[in-house]
Amino acid sequence: MRRALAVVAVVVTAAGCAAAPTVREAPAAAPRDEMVVLLPGPDGKVGALSVTHEGHQQTLDAPYATARVQRQGQLEDGGRMAAEQVQQTFARALDAQPARPVRFILYFLGDSDEFTAESKPEIPKVLKEIAGHPSPEIIVVGHTDRVGSLTYNDALSLRRAERVRVQLEKIGIPSEQIRVAGRGEREPLVPTEDEVAEPRNRRVEITVR
Amino acid sequence: MRHGFAVVLVLALLAPVGVGAADDVGRVKVVKGGVTIQRSGGSLPATVGMKLLEGDVIATGRDGSAGVTFNDDSLLSVGPDSVLAIDRFAFDSTTHAGRFDTSLRQGTLSAVSGKIAKQSPDAMKVRTPSTILGVRGTEFVVRAAPVTP
Repeated sequence: MRRALAVVAVVVTAAGCAAAPTVREAPAAAPRDEMVVLLPGPDGKVGALSVTHEGHQQTLDAPYATARVQRQGQLEDGGRMAAEQVQQTFARALDAQPARPVRFILYFLGDSDEFTAESKPEIPKVLKEIAGHPSPEIIVVGHTDRVGSLTYNDALSLRRAERVRVQLEKIGIPSEQIRVAGRGEREPLVPTEDEVAEPRNRRVEITVR
Repeated sequence: MRHGFAVVLVLALLAPVGVGAADDVGRVKVVKGGVTIQRSGGSLPATVGMKLLEGDVIATGRDGSAGVTFNDDSLLSVGPDSVLAIDRFAFDSTTHAGRFDTSLRQGTLSAVSGKIAKQSPDAMKVRTPSTILGVRGTEFVVRAAPVTP
């Protein structure tokens, strides 16, 4: 027990030394108090977390499931923390969370870098989305269906992505904010056999983050 | 302090040339109050748009908080009096394979995992002074005391 506390004190002190002067150093004898809470995503789905402490492991896989390590130095099941308490305890960290990346998909005509008619209105939406992202990054990735060779499709996917870049620049997005890549037929939205024409795979995905 | 500013200036001049551009792991998107980035022995004031590198340490003051978007779309943000080290970040944007290790030495952290955790469970890890968290595609918050209100 005493040894465990000493270890914590050393770690805390080390962190304090490395920190900027603006960060207050922890008192050397501060009790250990660590906590992790699993949160549901915006769609309500939860993933899972494994929490390992001195050889003991606990898995969190339910919304607001909580694990704690307190003064006693043992990993404890903290039950489920109330959502309001999470908001309170982590308010500043949650408030500083960057805007979530948003994805747009534009579809193309076969063997071409022309958008489908339905996809044309997507371009202005990208501009609108960018306004909500400080220091925005726009990642444009072209894809193809599986008609044609790998090499041909690599080039076609890049051509599609470049086409989107040009359109984005035309509506006023600075080129240095845009990154372009082609992934050919490697990442179909709808898996198919080779040489199958699939309109849903002829696309460019634009991520704004 | 003056020395610190000189370092910032030099880095700002180098950045557009692309030095280390291939190595940047993410970007600072939110800065509130006092936030510094500790890099190779120096300390830079964090600014929105700043590119972060493997090995950087984000430190917030009493009134500080900061948010970073990583290249795999992971979002990490820290509250006041926090110290978060980016120990390792490797991401292959073609295969989405990678490794992402951070350490929350103190304070509060909010995390939304990205493509690395989605592609390979446990490829993303967050360490606190006494635990290791293996991330299997998820959102979570972590607190590592000491934080006094």
